[in-house]
This record gives sequence, C-alpha cells and structure tokens, in this order.
Amino acid sequence: MQPSSLAFKDRARAAMADPQLQHSLDLLKHGWQAGRTRAAAALPEFEALRDEGRNIKDHVLGHLDLYLEAFEARVVEAGGHVHWARDAAEARRITLDICRDVGARSVTKSKSMIAEEIGLNEFLEVNGIDRVETDLGEYIIQLANEPPSHIIGPAIHKTIAEISELFQKNHGGERITEPAALVAEARRVMRQRYLDADVGITGANFLVAETGSIVTVTNEGNAELTHGLPRTHIAIASIEKIVPRLLDAFTLLRLLARSATGQDFSAYTTLLTGPKRPDDRDGPENFHVVLVDNGRSAMLGTALQEMLRCIRCGACMNHCPVYLATGGHAYGWVYPGPMGSVLTPGFIGIEKAHLLPNASTFCGKCEEVCPVRIPLPKLMRHWREVQFDQKLTPTTARWGLGLWAAMARRPALYRFATGTAIRLLGLWAGRRGAFARLPLAGGWTGGRDLPAPQGRTFMAQWTRRKNR
Amino acid sequence: MSTSRDVVLGRIRNGLQRTDMEETLAVRRVGHTLASAEPNLVPARGSGDLEERIATFTGMARAVLTDVRRIAAWHELPALVGQYLREHNLPQKLVMAPDEALDRAGWDSQPLLRIRRDTAADADTTGVTLAEAGVAETGTLCLASSDRRPTLLAFFPETSIVVLPAADVVASYEEALERYSARHDAPPRSINFVTGPSRTGDIGQKLELGAHGPRRLLVVLIDEA
Ligand code: SF4
Repeated sequence: MQPSSLAFKDRARAAMADPQLQHSLDLLKHGWQAGRTRAAAALPEFEALRDEGRNIKDHVLGHLDLYLEAFEARVVEAGGHVHWARDAAEARRITLDICRDVGARSVTKSKSMIAEEIGLNEFLEVNGIDRVETDLGEYIIQLANEPPSHIIGPAIHKTIAEISELFQKNHGGERITEPAALVAEARRVMRQRYLDADVGITGANFLVAETGSIVTVTNEGNAELTHGLPRTHIAIASIEKIVPRLLDAFTLLRLLARSATGQDFSAYTTLLTGPKRPDDRDGPENFHVVLVDNGRSAMLGTALQEMLRCIRCGACMNHCPVYLATGGHAYGWVYPGPMGSVLTPGFIGIEKAHLLPNASTFCGKCEEVCPVRIPLPKLMRHWREVQFDQKLTPTTARWGLGLWAAMARRPALYRFATGTAIRLLGLWAGRRGAFARLPLAGGWTGGRDLPAPQGRTFMAQWTRRKNR
Repeated sequence: MSTSRDVVLGRIRNGLQRTDMEETLAVRRVGHTLASAEPNLVPARGSGDLEERIATFTGMARAVLTDVRRIAAWHELPALVGQYLREHNLPQKLVMAPDEALDRAGWDSQPLLRIRRDTAADADTTGVTLAEAGVAETGTLCLASSDRRPTLLAFFPETSIVVLPAADVVASYEEALERYSARHDAPPRSINFVTGPSRTGDIGQKLELGAHGPRRLLVVLIDEA
C-alpha cells in the first residue's frame, strides 16, 4: 500500500463531511467502545491483568533474541519451518517462494496486519497467485479494492448498501440487502475457495517460545478453515509477537478481546504446534512461520521500544476523538489511530508521516485504555520533537508544539487543556476557517458549520498569564 | 555472507546493548522463565466447586449464544441429538469423531440417524466431537486435535455439537491445558478454545452468526463419568 499520510488534513476534512462514514464511526462508539467499558468493569482483575500484560511484554522485549531462538528450536522440533525476514521485501519473497515450491495457484488468507504492512496482497496478485481474503470485512474491502480502515474491523466504514452492491457486482444474482443473507452469501462463495486453496496464509496474535506454538484469534472461525484445509500453512508474524509461555499468552488473551470488542473472549482462539501428525485426519502437512523484523529491531533501545508491546487490539482508535472523527483512511497507511500515529512515522519515515503525530488532542484516552499501558501521547510527542528538530513541521503544528511545551511545564494548565478539542480545531480549521463537524460533540451534524476558534485560544490565554 | 537470521538477531542484540554480565543473566532468566510453571494472575470468576463451575460455564456460554443442555447418562445422548436436529429442521445426519468414548452412547437407539465417523467434508451438515474440557470463566470449550478428534468437525459443518463430560468443567484456560498435559506427552497439533458459534460484525456492525464456522453450537454436558 502506497503511503499517503501527507494528505491527512484533506482526507480528514472530507471524512468529516461524509455522513455515512460519520454514522459508522458513531456505531463504533456504541459498540466496541461501550463494550470495552462494560467488559473491563465486569472483571475485577482487569487492571491487575493490564499490569501483568505490560510486564510480560517488557520482559520479552528485553530478551527478544533469546525467546526467538527458543521459539525457532521448538517449531523445528515439532516439524515446522522458520524463516527470518529483515524487511518487507524479503518477507514477501519468502512467502511467494513457499507458494511456488508447493505449486500453489490458489491461496486463502485470514486477516493479518503484518501482511498489509509488507504489501503481500498486491505482491501475490502481481505474481499470479489467486488470493481470497477469508475474514468477511477483509473480503469486502478486497472486493472494493480499498485498504482497511480499522485494524479489527477493516470494513467498518462500509455501509450495508455498499456491501450489498459489491456482492451483487461480484457474485451476480439478485440484490441482497439483509445482513444475515449477505453473510450467508459470503459463506457460500467462500466454501469453494477454502476447498480449492493450496496454501492458507494467516497472521499470528502470539508466538509461544515455550512450545513453538502460534496463536490465532478470530470471531468468524475463518482462521481455522484457512489453516486447517490446505496442505500448506504459512503464518506471518512480526518478531515482537512472541511471549515466553502459554500461561503468558492467556494473560494477554484475557486483555485482547475485552479491549478490542468488549467480548470476554473471542469466539475462536487456536494454538497451533507444528504440522499434521502422522495419524491426524486433517491439518496441513507443511507448517511455515515467517518472522518479520521490518523496522522492529531498530525500535529496541529507543523511546519507541514501548510501542512494541502493542497487541493490536484497536482500543486506542475506538476511543480516539480524532479517529472517531476521521475514520482510518485519513491516516493514509496501514495502521490508523494513535497506534498508527506512533508506528507509521517509524515505518514509512517521519518526512512522509509528520502530520500524524500532530493529529491528536492529547486527551490521553488512548493511554487510559491501552491494555498494555503504552504511553501513546508521550510517543506521539517524541515524534513531534523529532520533526521539530528536522524542521518538518508545518507552521500550524509548530505552533501547536510550542504550545504543548509551554503547557507541559504547567501541569495544571495542561490538564485544563486536554480533553478539549480546541487546539485540534485551531489546527484543522486551517484555510477554510469553518469546521464541518466538531469531533467531540456528537450532537452537531453536517447541517451546521461551526466557526473555528479565533483569538482567544489557549496560546493566547497562556501568553497573557505569562505576561501578568 | 550472513543470513537474515543472523542479521535480525544481531540488530536485536545491538538494540538491547547487553554487557557480558547482563548476557549471562539474561540467558539464565530466560531459561528459568521457560521452565517455570508459576501461574500468572487468574481471575476468580471461574472458580468454585464443580456445581458452581458448571453454573458459571452454562451462564457464560449461553450469554454468547451457545445452546447448553445437561443429561445424566451417556445413553440419553443419541435421543437428545436426534431431537435437537428436528428442532432446527436439520437432516438426521452426523459426521462424528471416530473416538470410542462416543460409542458408549449406543447410537443404534436412533435408527434414523445416519452417522459417518471421520473428519468433516463439504457435504456434512452437523459435526459431533468431544471436548477436552470446558472453561467456566468464559463458557469456553477446549478441543484438542488427535487421530480420533479431527479439528474440522467443530469448524466446517454449519452445526456443531460438542460433548463435554461434566466433570471436565474447570475454572480457567490454564486448568484446561493442565488436564490435557496430564493425559498426553506433547501438545497436539491444534488446540481450539471455542466460545460460542461463529460470528461477525463486519456487515454494518450488526452481529450475525455463522460467518464461516458453525451457525449453531450445542454443548451437551453429561454427568455420568
Ligand atoms: S496501542 Fe494499545 S490500545 Fe492501541 S492497538 Fe496497540 S495494544 Fe491496543
């Protein structure tokens, strides 16, 4: 996927003027955001589990090389293969080579953010491998030829009407509009693809060093059919997905679904260890794990190391006022929301993504909900400092950073300012001077434009106080 | 020329910057952690005596739309399955795990039921298998693959029936795996934790069942040991 994060402001404006997208984002608040609140409240141990989750991840990152070596040894013992990829190009090449080795024509693939990150989809297509996405959301955006807009629900921006149209165009037949019938239709079409597939490609939510297992988590059961039916299974995972023991995976699994969708546990959590055993009646004969670095190792020992704790739950975006106003496509690359604003500059270069760390109200909500307690606002500020040093910051954002630095020295004032959208408005209203929709006030609709704040901004107030 | 493996591991070591002393300690720490069975925090929710665990399991499983029924004895199983299929207007046809534990139910009592013993194929409408354990904490089934318990039975057919001996309802995922490791020497190819039927929210963020895996999930708890 070609990054286009520099177009953030224009895309954000367009997104906020799109009533259908705004409707989908509203649903997210009532659905997953509210769900997380309920699930966290229903489990007395939730906060303590978050501490443990953070500690497990920190421990792993401090011993990453050793756990990866242990994992590799166990996979090989179980009869599987481990491949190491320095970067995206190598990971794509390895995956294609395995497909070619087994003479694959048709591939099923279950949703994997690392596959998006390394641009695997287009690469397989260009190289003549017929690929179908098995996660329903991912399938929808495959048909629409669009990138995902959310790491958990890649098609949350698509309306039922749009999906209905896509299905009719691609599957033929009558126009179906009922969600249940659309799901049944996808199920029918996908069946044959599962049976025809020579290779199944999945991601992995966790890699377990103790046993050489990989863990997949889905609600649809598509991962199980993706890795359970073809003769060859390729799991692609970035190196930081590793945990020491199965017991540690459970701690993180208890956090994952609750943080992501508000479920206590996802419908399907599967631990896979090696290929089909000699007497087994199903399962793949070949089991490959592709371990991908692609910039992770460079984050170790830097301010960004903490970002490697991320378990890709999506809670930070579900709770982010900016994401909930703009949707995921505005961010212009694979990872949206606060986690994307921290990851994207590292992966595609700060000069191509310098607007993202500024797309924040610094309200702190993301850090509040992050199951592994990643200090996302601090990490966004880290990028702002880097870009400030590199003089990449557009004038409006430089102004914003000056404001932040000033405020950070005055905690009371900082607390006063965070949780409001005023700076965001000042930044974004930009040339137009009027705002289509106030991100933090759900009651405002496209019908009424709000004037951008003028004059008495926090900056102005602060200056007056300082001069007093 | 160094391999990609060496490069990646080298970069990691470079980032971590461990001294020789720290290196020795790190190796020891990792060895210790991997060998340790010390549990992490396990939520109290699933604990209690067997009846309490069964009650929690049943409540949690029903909350995620699993159908849970309880019978006293194995010989009641075939009639219950036949009845369930009729309730849902499903063909009297099963693909069943080739596990002798299921034989004791005496399937001849339901002459109308056509039963195939293998893994599931495309034409199979209902799959029957056995759970290794049930996890009270979240109403989750723990299934383990083997030659007698093929994985696809619980994933490919549209209706999934899972038999769970009541005594195998445990508090946590950890205990479920402990049960397995007490009975077997090595991990199986696949362990599936199943919490409700297949579901998706990908169409307009509305909950729909049966996306790829089963649309219906029936758990039959059997008291008889
Ligand atoms: S940064 Fe935290 S909240 Fe965001 S996706 Fe990662 S783990 Fe979840």
